[in-house]
Amino acid sequence: MKIKITLVLLSLIMTAVVWISCNHKGTKGAPIPDKISYNFDVRPILSDKCYACHGPDKNHQEAGFRLDMEKFAFAPLKETKGAFAIVAGKPEESELYKRITSTDTAYQMPAPASHLGLLSEREISIIEKWIRQGGKYEKHWAFAKPQKAPLPAVEKKDWVQNEIDNFTLAKMEQHGFAPNEAADKDHLLKRISLDLTGLLPSTQLMDAFEKDNSASGYEKMVDQLMAMPQFGEKLAMHWLDVARYSDSYGYQDDNIRTQWPYRDWVINAFNKNLPYDQFVTWQLAGDLLPGAGKEQILATAFLRNHKYTEEGGIIPEEYRVQYVLDKVKTYTKGILALTAECAQCHDHKFDPISQKNYYQLFGFFNSSKELGFEGDVSVSKPAKQPIISITNEEVKNVMTFINKKDTGSVMVSVMGERDTIRPTYLLKRGVYDQHGDEVQPGAPPAVMAFDTTKYPRNRLGLAKWTVNKDNPLTARVLVNQLWQNFFGTGLVKSTGDFGMQGNLPTHPELLDWLAVDFMEHNWDVKRLIKKMLLSATYRQSSKISPEQLATDPDNIYLSRASRLRVNAESVRDIVLGSSGLLVKEIGGPSVKPYQPMGLWESTTSGRGVLATYKQDTGQALYRRGLYTFVKLTLPPPSMILFDASNRDQCEIKRSRTNTPLQALMMMNDPTVLEASRVLAQNLQSTSANSDANISTAFRTIICRKASKKEMEILTGYFAEQLQLFKSKQLDAKITLSIGEKPLNDKLDLNVSAALMKVVSTIYNMEEAITKS
Amino acid sequence: MKKEIIEHGLNLNRRRFLTQLGMGLGGVALGSLLIPDIFGSATEEEMLVTGLPHFAPKAKRIIYLFQNGAPSQLDLFDYKPMLQQMFGQELPASIRNGQRLTGMTADQAKFPLAGTKFKFNQYGETRAWMSELLPYTSKVVDDICFIKTMHTEAINHDPALTFFQTGAQIGNRPSMGSWLSYGLGSENKNLPAFCVLLSKGKGNGQGVYSKLWSNGFLDSVHQGVQFSSGEDPVLYLKNPDGMDKAERRKMLDRLASLNEEGFNEFGDPEIKGKIQQYEMAYRMQTAVPEVTDVSKEPEDIVKMYGPDCLVPGTYAANCLLARKLSESGVRFVQIYHQGWDGHNNLPNELAGQCKDTDQASAALITDLKQRGLLDETLVIWGGEFGRTNYCQGILTPDNYGRDHHPRAFTIWMAGGGVKPGVYGETDDFGYNIASNPVHVNDFHATALHLMGLDHEKLVYKHLGRRYRLTDVAGKVVSGIIS
Repeated sequence: MKIKITLVLLSLIMTAVVWISCNHKGTKGAPIPDKISYNFDVRPILSDKCYACHGPDKNHQEAGFRLDMEKFAFAPLKETKGAFAIVAGKPEESELYKRITSTDTAYQMPAPASHLGLLSEREISIIEKWIRQGGKYEKHWAFAKPQKAPLPAVEKKDWVQNEIDNFTLAKMEQHGFAPNEAADKDHLLKRISLDLTGLLPSTQLMDAFEKDNSASGYEKMVDQLMAMPQFGEKLAMHWLDVARYSDSYGYQDDNIRTQWPYRDWVINAFNKNLPYDQFVTWQLAGDLLPGAGKEQILATAFLRNHKYTEEGGIIPEEYRVQYVLDKVKTYTKGILALTAECAQCHDHKFDPISQKNYYQLFGFFNSSKELGFEGDVSVSKPAKQPIISITNEEVKNVMTFINKKDTGSVMVSVMGERDTIRPTYLLKRGVYDQHGDEVQPGAPPAVMAFDTTKYPRNRLGLAKWTVNKDNPLTARVLVNQLWQNFFGTGLVKSTGDFGMQGNLPTHPELLDWLAVDFMEHNWDVKRLIKKMLLSATYRQSSKISPEQLATDPDNIYLSRASRLRVNAESVRDIVLGSSGLLVKEIGGPSVKPYQPMGLWESTTSGRGVLATYKQDTGQALYRRGLYTFVKLTLPPPSMILFDASNRDQCEIKRSRTNTPLQALMMMNDPTVLEASRVLAQNLQSTSANSDANISTAFRTIICRKASKKEMEILTGYFAEQLQLFKSKQLDAKITLSIGEKPLNDKLDLNVSAALMKVVSTIYNMEEAITKS
Repeated sequence: MKKEIIEHGLNLNRRRFLTQLGMGLGGVALGSLLIPDIFGSATEEEMLVTGLPHFAPKAKRIIYLFQNGAPSQLDLFDYKPMLQQMFGQELPASIRNGQRLTGMTADQAKFPLAGTKFKFNQYGETRAWMSELLPYTSKVVDDICFIKTMHTEAINHDPALTFFQTGAQIGNRPSMGSWLSYGLGSENKNLPAFCVLLSKGKGNGQGVYSKLWSNGFLDSVHQGVQFSSGEDPVLYLKNPDGMDKAERRKMLDRLASLNEEGFNEFGDPEIKGKIQQYEMAYRMQTAVPEVTDVSKEPEDIVKMYGPDCLVPGTYAANCLLARKLSESGVRFVQIYHQGWDGHNNLPNELAGQCKDTDQASAALITDLKQRGLLDETLVIWGGEFGRTNYCQGILTPDNYGRDHHPRAFTIWMAGGGVKPGVYGETDDFGYNIASNPVHVNDFHATALHLMGLDHEKLVYKHLGRRYRLTDVAGKVVSGIIS
């Protein structure tokens, strides 16, 4: 059914009124299902509109009534004698139904003072039908252990490449969609290369892939890319957001710190395919493992990457508590996808996490040796207690993945426990010195019981609880994060919130199947990624038909590949990599490439070694984006413009915007201009044929052959520009004077300059920084 | 009608909208930077506002002159003869009443009261008290509403500044300007809705941080755009040497043709969006230098702001630039001026800070007024907290320092629907509030109200929770509204 929708856009200022009409089949107007599901149809409504006042927060249960649990919802109402919120089968006798349909503002729900707004007609119909069908409650999907459902049967069997496709195709067929044809080889290679290495495929790789027509050619290419050391760099880009990695302390003076060996560890862990259960365990509790080596301790820097204040005059305990809160937030959001911080000040309003549960989690992280304050910026050191010092000897023998250049040792802030346990109290209203009852460390029982006979009450116990195969969240959350990385949107769209207010999974059985399969295969990350990339679902073309755009603009049914602008780091990597400027060194201290003048200087307090931006020179100018120095009070602008995390807190999902500031950067950033010049001259020095050079430049950057029309546009531009340079209307030398890489002035500079402008135009194409 | 718009807004998303654009509704200026978030990448359920005010606004734009480091209210506005009478005597414990202290004075054995060494007089029809350090501001007091009873929760710079700018002491929340960009969009299709200007005085500085103008969880099109004082006022705005406007046009025409080819191939409306963004960038390359060029300002204007206004990067230059940006329709101009953190040597540092800022702050009001813009522009002046009435360090008749004080301090507002006068009173010690307290949440609620927004309705749903600039509190201070 198509619903005609008219949008009125009223611009107050321009006082223009624009009428737009569009047709689409949105979920808002979807038909009411025959069988109402509590989890998928009802609970989202109750959670959004009712739980704020009648939910798990025991201090805010208006009229002593809560609707989030069956036993309370069916009990006699305390304040309306003789009435019941829900009478199974009888909406007209159910107070819930009567109130959501009432027009009496003194009686209706949600109460006007809540500012939640009334329920829509569709929502009311769902509640009505649900009560009529018996008003059955179900456990929240994310807190029930995932099970492998049998693979759904599909009609178009020959399309299926692996299990993923059974699930996606069944859904497509159910909703009247058919999958796109497979993407052509050029696009597919660019796609897997960006997804697995964050870099474009070289022209040699393109040639080899084009020639290989064997049935296993694609799979071999996936294996080959996954074996490259750049694979670890690509995966690390995501995890460094989760781990809120940075190179400075944040807060006002924002001095330097050296957490980068942790970054090198993350890259290496992905490259050597450390199973995810161990990856998590080391980062949460590597120091507590029996016989822990320095590498395991280094991994715990994960819990120490947050900001540290060096502001004189702070109250140490206030900040020590703050640092523990940040650890809890990173753990719950990044690993469990729970928005637990709501329970910092009061019982969670939507999810079954009480304030006590919250401070029990807090207790795990509360016995660290760290201090709230070690002194102001004048006595700042590059790490804060507890610290490990990594020597050259250790780098040579044990932690060979650390790219350490100088001879001194490098300090990293890590975890380490005090000799005595620091008692943990519930903090009233979340205030650091308002102690309530003492609590013992423990994990939220609504997720899974924390069995103290199996788990010690410390971070190692928490880690074991986290990666226990009965934990319903851990595997699902990682599967979803990786799905988001490769498909653009998670199967659960709210990657950071698997709770009641989060989005429901679009393909719940698929998510569960992958999660269980992942655990059954020893939490093997590379295997999981390979499964996703070998699916027919992933390999589809990204072309969008007008029909698809009208009926499924968000690609919920996965009947095409999503076209996605690459992330900020990859924008840089694409430019440097394709021009030949990229220095493919892995790891090491972060670098300071070209950056517009005066940014650090205009914000600094003037104290600390990062008061001024001292740009690097030479090779350090051409490192990958993930090595660009992150100063928290002014993160690299080229990254922020393209929606990179500012690393202030744990982030699991970046926005993906399209702004004029991005256009300005692509046109005018010295990095892009220098890359254009260098690629132009490299091509010119191997061939005198400018048309061939343009064609090669196009293929190098866009990863396919230019069409006839595209070649016409570019060669026309080249000819015009060459004429202008030759006739001295434009100055080639001035155009070419950008960047530190020396100019090859033995070449015809008029040709170089004209070609540079063509290359720069190609870099600005939408397709250049899009995974399609 | 509004409800209808909201409901239909909920059914849209950007890709779908761009489709419509691609199908022949061109000509509408739609840089995502410059339009209300109805077309941003927020999901359907996240989009709760539409770029329309909730009711008739009193102000259309805000210029916020943030005095970073916390100016001393006791030496500038809040005149307390009692402190002079009791000079050197101990702050009574009954007045301090358990106030927590920063680590800088917590260990001090004594808290001797330090009356201001500066002369105070009353000015204008409102008879507002002003220190001799602000001769220019004294002349425009009848346009100013002094709020003497601001109070905050934080006692250190970073959390206090973050609280004022984002409504939360910690966390990556959207700043005030981002909320306004999200709620109201931009008036000018060639300029960002939220611009940030930075300057530094000679006093003790405390640094600023880009998270203060961060979009937080809002779409990044709402982040503040920092204008710098160099020849490239907006990052990457300037074409490289050898590329003039005509040459840029030629390149963009080729680029548009190439991107059209891409659209024909993929049918993705994002490609059309990209073409639009490049056109917007091109227009900004003209619009921004025009608005930031102060060289054509007439002599009387330069005289009004003072000669520093021609020196890029100074407070005076930024005030003049703020007027020009605001006049061009920029919704929220945020100025930060560092150097007010007078822990010691306060009288001398404060005099220097005032010298750098007084004339231009007053000029901004006068200038807006003579252009008929003051009524619709809310100008705000203030720091992140106040300073103590007792001395930090050694007290002498001529010199003293003051620590941070969150319980009572003065900020001022002008124009934009506020009522000139003095609001609220502190006690005789200037330490506690005697009447009409204004919390930071109230301040935000009031500023939004003046802009036509109900602070309880300007919400954004993020990870399951509805967020507001005022979090779960805040009352509109009706006593300051005209």
